[in-house]
Amino acid sequence: MKAIDRVLAARDKDRPKITDYIDNVFTDFFEQKGDLLGKEDASIYGGIALFHGKPVTVLGHRKGNDVNENVTCNFGMPGPEGYRKALRIMKQAEKFGRPIITFVDTPGAYPGLEAEMYGISQAISGNLAAMSSLKVPVISIVTGEGSSGGALGIAVANRVYMLENAVYSVLSPEGFASILWHDSARRDEAAEAMKLTAKDLLDFGVIDGIISERGSSLKVVSEDENANTIIRLYDRIDKQISKALKELEGKSGDQLAEERFEKFRSFDSAFLKADESARMENI
Amino acid sequence: MNIVDQRKNKFARYKNLRENPEELLEPLIKPAKEYSARDRIEDIVDQGSFEEFQFEFPETNPLEFEGYVEKKEELREELNIHDAIIAGECTIDDKKAVLVVMDKHFMMASMGMELGEVVCQSAEHAMENKLPLIIFTASGGARMQEGILSLMQMAKTSAVIEKLKNAGGLYIAVLTHPTTGGVSASFATLGDITLAETGALVGFAGPRVIEQTIGEKLPEGFQRAEFLQEHGFVDAVVERENMRETLGRILRLHPRAC
Repeated sequence: MKAIDRVLAARDKDRPKITDYIDNVFTDFFEQKGDLLGKEDASIYGGIALFHGKPVTVLGHRKGNDVNENVTCNFGMPGPEGYRKALRIMKQAEKFGRPIITFVDTPGAYPGLEAEMYGISQAISGNLAAMSSLKVPVISIVTGEGSSGGALGIAVANRVYMLENAVYSVLSPEGFASILWHDSARRDEAAEAMKLTAKDLLDFGVIDGIISERGSSLKVVSEDENANTIIRLYDRIDKQISKALKELEGKSGDQLAEERFEKFRSFDSAFLKADESARMENI
Repeated sequence: MNIVDQRKNKFARYKNLRENPEELLEPLIKPAKEYSARDRIEDIVDQGSFEEFQFEFPETNPLEFEGYVEKKEELREELNIHDAIIAGECTIDDKKAVLVVMDKHFMMASMGMELGEVVCQSAEHAMENKLPLIIFTASGGARMQEGILSLMQMAKTSAVIEKLKNAGGLYIAVLTHPTTGGVSASFATLGDITLAETGALVGFAGPRVIEQTIGEKLPEGFQRAEFLQEHGFVDAVVERENMRETLGRILRLHPRAC
């Protein structure tokens, strides 16, 4: 499977959405709206839910399931208010000691006039900074498109996972091709060069694991067979979250924050070199 | 000419340059070669006080991107800097500080692992030595050639700045022309004090991308320093010739910042 095929799979409109993950992996979901600063942004969806009977805060990008929803949710491209809403519900999770689980699926933050006017840069940097020091477990799963700072803005986590056909990158392949080769038509080539698949990111050490989509076309349809494969996917997500929470439970708030800090602090050239020599040893 | 006159002379020249609208129209494409990071440092610090940090980083090309290493080598030779950033310790009006300056002549000062590492190690040096940190930002955004690892620099730098601030450290961000993308959405917008140089373009998305998105021309002055101030994101818009004095004053106002 070529990188561009994964990009297209990640963008498939029939892929499960955050609403599906919340309905199928959690119970008792209570949605929280608004940034408490004067705006509501439907492209970030989140609230409190139970995971195996325990309260968690769950949130993520929402693209919407039909054209009307797409428009309401701005195709999953949050403005500053979306990131501020995410932050205020994450800070609340910290207050009540709830683990945070985020689902990442966005073409990027919204590049619009109002977004700039109300401080999209400051909203994203504020999340990056605040998430790095949260004193509760944070788990992020890239389920579709993880594009740019708009994805990272809710993904500074103790554990980061990707679905097998999700992609995670500094920019869309179109944007990358346009910036480096002045030709957005070379997107297939860009997708390959960018190393944006789950396997690539695991090799880089940027993510901690890949959640298999095996046996699943990932389309939400009513046919029993397909429905079964989707259920299998939800089950795998459930298991991955349970495993991560088990690894993180019992750690103090300071320890969780410090470990998360170190995880992101380590992304330098020395880290790559160390990784390379570790890989060499494995060979 | 004494040093004060020399400075005055220089600033008059910058002023002309800035007031030439042609220069501001296409800044992202062809930055003026006039004002390098080293020029900036010379204008800001007490004469002779700058002690540059010496870093040694292994060469990085995580995507094995064709021509990337060669491009960097070429620019290092031409500009006499190792990446788009210079950092060191200095005094400004006799106040000690860690000063970090980005240089857009080096690949539009896009942020890769080396640049991110210089920001972090400088912030950590400031933290350990209880010194204020001043960063002059300028950037086209994330360094595409380093792929996902350039994106991770946003989280890395933001986390370290957060740590410095939580430890009681003073961080002054000075936004210069242009500061966009991944730098704008990380350490550039996390200052305890945020200054912007007059006329600087600062924003997350580039103006052309926004025009394409919304399908109309952007209003005049959009994303400029003054616009940012009007919308509440900048403490002060400062003329280049007043920058040194302003920074000196802010440092004096923080006698016990670590």
